[in-house]
This record gives sequence, C-alpha cells and structure tokens, in this order.
Amino acid sequence: MCLAIPAIVVKKTHNDMGIVCLGGVEKEISLMFTPEVRIGDWVMLHTDFAIQIITEEDARETLAIFQEIPPADQREEKI
Amino acid sequence: MSHGSGAALTRQLIKEVFAGEFRISTLDDAVCIDGSLTVTTDAYVVNPIFFPGGDIGKLSITGTVNDLCMNGSRPAYILASFILEEGFAIDQLHSIVSSMQSTAEEAGVQIIAGDTKVVEKGRCDGLYITTAGIGFLPGGIHLDAGKIRSGDKIIVNGTLGDHAIAIINARQQLGLTPAPESDCAPLHEVIRILLQNTNLKFARDATRGGVATILNEICDDTGLGIIIDESSLPVKYSTRVLCDMLGLDPLYLANEGKLIAFIGEANDDLLSLLKTYKYSYEAAVIGQCTNEVKGVFLRTILGRLRPLLMLASDPLPRIC
Amino acid sequence: MNWNRFRQPDLILKLIGDLTEYKKQVKFMEVCGSHTMAIGHWGLRKLLPENIILISGPGCPVCVTPATIIDSLIKLKSVTITTFGDLMRVPGSHQNLEQARAQGCDIRIVFSPMDALKISQDRETIFIGLGFETTIPGIAFSIVNAAKNNNQNFSVLSLGKLIPPALDALLDDKDLKVDGLILPGHVSTIIGMMPYEFIPYKFGIGGVITGFEPLDIVLGVKTLIENLDHPRIMNEYSRVVRPEGNQIALDLISEVFEITHAQWRGIGEIPDSGLKIKSKYADFDAFRKYDIKTSDLEENPLCLCGNVLKGKILPPECPLFAKTCTPDYPIGPCMVSSEGSCAAYYKYER
Repeated sequence: MCLAIPAIVVKKTHNDMGIVCLGGVEKEISLMFTPEVRIGDWVMLHTDFAIQIITEEDARETLAIFQEIPPADQREEKI
Repeated sequence: MSHGSGAALTRQLIKEVFAGEFRISTLDDAVCIDGSLTVTTDAYVVNPIFFPGGDIGKLSITGTVNDLCMNGSRPAYILASFILEEGFAIDQLHSIVSSMQSTAEEAGVQIIAGDTKVVEKGRCDGLYITTAGIGFLPGGIHLDAGKIRSGDKIIVNGTLGDHAIAIINARQQLGLTPAPESDCAPLHEVIRILLQNTNLKFARDATRGGVATILNEICDDTGLGIIIDESSLPVKYSTRVLCDMLGLDPLYLANEGKLIAFIGEANDDLLSLLKTYKYSYEAAVIGQCTNEVKGVFLRTILGRLRPLLMLASDPLPRIC
Repeated sequence: MNWNRFRQPDLILKLIGDLTEYKKQVKFMEVCGSHTMAIGHWGLRKLLPENIILISGPGCPVCVTPATIIDSLIKLKSVTITTFGDLMRVPGSHQNLEQARAQGCDIRIVFSPMDALKISQDRETIFIGLGFETTIPGIAFSIVNAAKNNNQNFSVLSLGKLIPPALDALLDDKDLKVDGLILPGHVSTIIGMMPYEFIPYKFGIGGVITGFEPLDIVLGVKTLIENLDHPRIMNEYSRVVRPEGNQIALDLISEVFEITHAQWRGIGEIPDSGLKIKSKYADFDAFRKYDIKTSDLEENPLCLCGNVLKGKILPPECPLFAKTCTPDYPIGPCMVSSEGSCAAYYKYER
C-alpha cells in the first residue's frame, strides 16, 4: 500500500530538509522524521519524506542468511 | 471521450470513428502511395512545450521522421503548421523553430512549407504543431508485420521510458537534478543500419503506451505470440529507480527515440554495429516471436512467464 | 549497498526450493496492496509450492475509500484539488477526477503533501489526505506547516486509515481462516511491532513484517512456516523497521489527528480505524471547511469485493472479474486501484 525506495543522503540543508540521490539523480526531501541521519546514510523514502534510516548491517545480515555466510559480527567473533 | 486516456482507447476511437467513415481498414501513422512515395501527418500538443532533451519543435521533426522511416523510407520533406495562442512569447517561438531546423538538418530533411494561425488566449495551450512528411521508399523494401515468423528476434535500439520520465518530472515539478532527459531522436539511421545488416521484417516506433502496448497491437493484428525477456530489457539505472519510486513500469512508458524491430537472420556483428551509432548504442535483443504462446508474455527474472497486458490508460505516478 | 541483491534470482529460487520440504497446506494473507503487486510482478504466487497459498488483504487505501468522496470533490468548482495519482481514475457516481479535470476542474496530481503546500501559496487548495500509517505523518506535517504559517488557503480531506484495527475486525470474522499474516513493511516502519502484538494472543496466529523485494517476501513466508507452532510477531525487515517504529512520526500523527471510526468501502464501518483532524487544526480540515459529506455508494450487488478485501475469496472467484469488471471499466473497489487485489490479479495472475 505504500511505495518506498532506498535513497542515499548527500546533503542536509535547513529546516529538516535534505538532498538524496536516487540512481544518480538528486531530489530535495524532508528529513524531519530522521533527524539523526548522517550524510552517506541510506533512508527509506515515501512521498518525499525519509521515514526511516536503513541499517546496512541488518541488510547484509538478511542477505547473509541466504548465502549461508555468517553475518559480519559472527565472523569477527570466530576470528 | 476521455482526454488523457491512453494509446489503446485512442486506437479504439480511430477504429470506430475515423477508419469507418474514411473507408480505410486502419489509420496508420504513414502510408506508401504508388509504391514509392510515403506520406505521413502528425499533431504535436506536448505539455510542457520545453522539456529536458527537447522541445515541441524537435519532437515534431523527430516524430515525423520516425513515422516516415518505419516502413524503410528515406525521409525527405516536412510541412509544418502552427497554431499559436495569442501572447505566446516570440523568443520561445524562435527557439522552437530553430530546434526544428537543426533537427531537420540532422535528419537530412527539408522543411518546405507551412501555415500559421494565431487563436485567442485560452483557445489553445501555448502552441500546437501539425506536420506532414514526405519520404521515398527505395525499391525492393517491403516491411510488413505479416512477414514476422516464429523465431524472429525483437530488438530495441536503447533504454526504455526516458521520454516519459522526463515529461513526468517536468510536468509534476518533481525537482530532480539533473533533470532526466527525453530520448527524442530521429531513427532513420537506425533503420538504415537494420536494413543493411538484417532481414528486417517490420519496425515500429515505441511511443505512447510504450513497448508493451505496441507489442500487443502487433500481436492483435497478426495473431503472433511474443515472449520478452525481463533480464534483457535496457533501462537506465535512474529510470528504473524513479519508476520504483513513482510506481511505473518502463515497459508501458512512452519513448520518442526508440523503435522495436522484428528481424529474421542478421549479420553476426549487428549488435556491435548498432552500438557504434549514437542513437542505438544501448541496443538489445529483448525477446522473440513464438508459436508457443498467444499474445505478449514477459519471462521474469525468476523464469516465470506472465502476461504483458495492453493497458488502456496512460500510467500515472502513484504512491501505493 | 546494492539493493538489487534482494532481487537475485538464484537466491530466491533456492529459498523457494527449500520451502518444498514443507508439505502441509497453509494459507497466509498479505495485508498490503504493495505486497500483492510485488508478488504478482515477480510471479511468486505460482512459484511457491502449491500447498502454500497467499491471499490478499485490505491494504489498499484507494480501494477502501468510499466512492462518494469523488462526487463531493467534483462539486467544489472554485477550489484546486490536489491528490496522489492513485485516486485519479477511481469512478465516482458519474465521473472520475481525471474526467472532471478534462472538463475544466482544477485537479492536480501531486507526489507529496509538500507539493500541495506549494500549490496553496497562491490559490485555495484541498489536499486529499489518503493513506495508511506510512503516508499519514507527511500529511500531518503539511497541516502543522500550514498552521504555523497561517496558510488559510490549505486544507486536508483526512481519509487516513489505520491497519491494526482493520486486522482485528477481519480476523474476528470466523469465516476467514488464515494461518499467518505477512505484515506491511512500510506501515510497520512508522508503527513498529507493538500494535500487532494482540494478534497472536487474540487469534493464535503469527505475523511477519517483511519488505517488498522478492527475497524479503519469500523469507517472510519461510519465517511464518517455521514458526507456525509458536505464533508471534516477527520482523524480517529489520534493516528498515525498528521494534518501536518511528516515534517522531507517531508523535506528529497524534499532534494533528484523533482516532475515529471509519467507513471501509467493501467492508463497512470499523471502530477506531480512521483519523480525523483535531479541533485545534479545524481551520485546515476540508470536511469542516467545505461541509463535505460521505455516504455509502450503492455497490453492484454482484460485486464480491467485500469478500476479496476480507480474504474470503480470490478475485477470479467473483462472477464479474475480468468479464464486466476490468481495470478500464472497474465496477468494484479492488479493481479501481492498480494495487487493488483484483487489478493485480487481472494484470499478473491470469
């Protein structure tokens, strides 16, 4: 019911606004729901609002389940 | 009648109203008379009049050239009529006319006659252009959908959906930077390369309704089956991401510089030849004709076949 | 990060292969219309083993919006109406918004409530505030912004709806037998996991929050199967969904809206499932400002959308499906929106 796509934050501007990069194209969006976001973070974007910061570590863990590779932190433990 | 409706409803209108009254079986974009003279006419009402990658003037020339060359003709002459809304800025008109001239030079056609009417404010949206085109069909070329056979390959000359994304960005003021550019381009050279290096059976420009709609029309007319391979579709990364954001499918988006070609045997180096030319450097074989299915199907990246329907209405950006 | 890895065919097919070890018949409901669309787009329904059945739920805000709203809006000739594109082709009694626009009504598609705010700078503007919890925080922002700038041109027609109360109402229906829920990833991004916790306790089934990539969806199905004996709410979309949701967004929703009963087209009234603008922001409430009323449109008696929305039947079981009811001439609510169950089945599953 709600399309949202990952976008990478390239700039934080005034009034909780920011610039994200969408496949090489930039767009101004609202960061008011993710004030702690840093440049270089991925956010989930819905109707020009970042609704959450994406944690890449979690993304990698999800993918790791499939690839039967232990997620990064577990690998480190073994080392 | 529904303005803003899509290719399929317009096609229905043509069949029900014009074709019957004019006693012709269909209303083709272009027609060849006397076996060598191809004529076409087209109207341009694009909004906005200026868009990244082109303007209504450039579009009027590329559109006319493309209609002429799809049957293999060499575009030669264009006539253009202008309907102007009172108060239309003269410098904008200069700019449009100049882009018409430079596009015509690129396509090797001459603009030879025209007409101009100015109407009261509110009776037209800025500027409309109507063109007529004349081209010459070399002897021995006879492109016809009826020649397409099971096993024939389907080629597009580059990335899909770029014109529609450029227009949606401009019209909806999405504020994308850099603004995505329309692919608007003359295709006579692409046709020439195809004619010289393949057994080209049939070609159509994939404008309104996009590749999926045009393929469905061809299947409707010929009873063919077509399977398109999702993983082979050339789509710019930015277009793909923007389509995900806007809930759009590049297969249904309009192009202004893309054609679909049906080819039999081809020289081995056809794709590499196409890739050396500026308007086909991302050409790809996207599927083939087959007796196994009726209608148009997409083989998804997961290997399943699913129908690729004709959609009656132009796609709208959505959030759900 | 290359998000395409969530579309990697070999991984998806391997995971689907693993699922064939499970032999019992199970039925899961994907609540969200975007999940229905994604499942159709990737052809997952038929790739999954036959004993794993996915049925579609009520998660399409356009589908469940009463059609009489369209009639009321078209009558407001002197106001600019802004809407998400989703609503443009939903039929009213006589016309849809696209047809009304062609006849001269000033109706504009916007992609964000912020675009509607911009339009309202020089004209009286209504924004049709349609959506679930994902979309509502942005709509709340537009109202707070208009209030802060005393922008009397702007108002919102609040049609926001809430998912957990709708699930409660659906699952309460004893005719609906599902073994688990695939929960909407982006609604959950806002509300978190807590609002679903009643489901395992009250109905004895589990639910899994997933994303919208094919890998996410198949992973969700696998998780539901593995936890059939321990029904609970699980999160397989942890890269986006935090257990507590997004507190700033939730705070903004409660700043602007209060919970009310709501009419769901095809389903009926569901208690505590809608949002109305608090009296503090009454100036920006289009219902009050323009005295807009909604009533139930008389539905075609043969249309079975209600049962489709409740997950009781699949779209092809409706006698109108793909015969008199098609995306070009939709009769019932599930065909009008491109993410409606019937439209998704029409496009992908025939």
